[in-house]
Amino acid sequence: MVGVSTPHVLLGLLAGGSRHGYELKRAHDERLPRARPLAFGQVYATLGRLERDGLVAAAGQDRASGPDRTAYALTGEGRSTLDVWLSTVETPMPYVASTLFTKVMVALLVADVDVARSYLIAQRSAHTARLRELTSVKTDPAATLSDVIAVDFAIAHLDADLRWLHTTLGRVADWHREVHP
Amino acid sequence: MTQLQARGVVRSYGPSPALRGVTLDVAEGEIVAVTGPSGCGKSTLLHCLAGILRPDAGEVTWRGQRIDTWSEADRSRLRRTEFGVLFQFGQLVAELTAAENVGLPLLLAGTGRREARTAALTWLERFGVADLAELRPGEMSGGQQQRCATARALVTEPQVLFADEPTGALDTLTGEQVLTQLVRLAREQRTSVVLVTHEPRIAAYADREIVLRDGLVDHTGLGLDLPVVGGQR
Repeated sequence: MVGVSTPHVLLGLLAGGSRHGYELKRAHDERLPRARPLAFGQVYATLGRLERDGLVAAAGQDRASGPDRTAYALTGEGRSTLDVWLSTVETPMPYVASTLFTKVMVALLVADVDVARSYLIAQRSAHTARLRELTSVKTDPAATLSDVIAVDFAIAHLDADLRWLHTTLGRVADWHREVHP
Repeated sequence: MTQLQARGVVRSYGPSPALRGVTLDVAEGEIVAVTGPSGCGKSTLLHCLAGILRPDAGEVTWRGQRIDTWSEADRSRLRRTEFGVLFQFGQLVAELTAAENVGLPLLLAGTGRREARTAALTWLERFGVADLAELRPGEMSGGQQQRCATARALVTEPQVLFADEPTGALDTLTGEQVLTQLVRLAREQRTSVVLVTHEPRIAAYADREIVLRDGLVDHTGLGLDLPVVGGQR
């Protein structure tokens, strides 16, 4: 999986009708709670690129409240681009690339089993704390379904990492022997 | 404030020790997960804390009173009034309807029939199964039965709920929904919860996690027997 594609998210948010940059930022935060923060500057810069590429077009100005605000609408080409993106299946984990995995490997190369284990134990503790923090979002009576679905995604991944950390803790001594025969 | 305490609890099944001296405190309103690998003694600990089993040695104290020395009848009364117990398989009474099952602990505690039924319906509603009130367990899915069992465990508004793998037999989504609602309601009414589970994502619902290994609290929190460096595979 690649990271979040801001251009496609903005195209998706425009599929329901034209919006200003400010409205797009607000809709993004509402629909993708707990995502990496999206700066206003990034919204405008992305809209600029989408307009240059013909995927969105200016759809009027709003002078009612404060400075001029340009509303943007999806073009036909923008809609096609969005449809192609939505129908493209993502390659599941094309590379086994994770800081977690890499760090344990490097610890085994440059240090010993105890250093690798210490890192695994510390990381496990941090994962467990984050898992508890995200789980508490779900039991908050004010949680929306968007919140729950967003934290479910993170919880499932943390849970998988924790299982890997746990089994690797049990295997790290053997792994060290394989790395340093 | 500490409500429930275990001090050096030991319990064996024949010659096999299940608990070898466990000490644990549970504060009022606190949710504590008891985790660890299979056979580590977590269910035995829950049974000792809930007064279902008597420890061979050590003490279990409830609000400053030793309960492990109480008679079976007294411990049973405590479980009907101040404790709630929930197991992996709901253990509903097959002959009774959902509403009758949920109202049962209240009837046993002396509540009137009408009042018990009203409370049962309220609790079934809280777990989203009010429409099943007149069905018997055999007519419900596993998830529906477990929602009823959870409602039954909470209907007396116990001070402590003991839950042993309460979502272990449910699919992920149903399990999460049952547990989310259980934790919300426990927090709302300041019920302490002792939650036995072997799954990190279930333990994450708790405020705190106690890890057992070989019948003892594992203070490393790992519950893992790490191979000795240089040892055999």
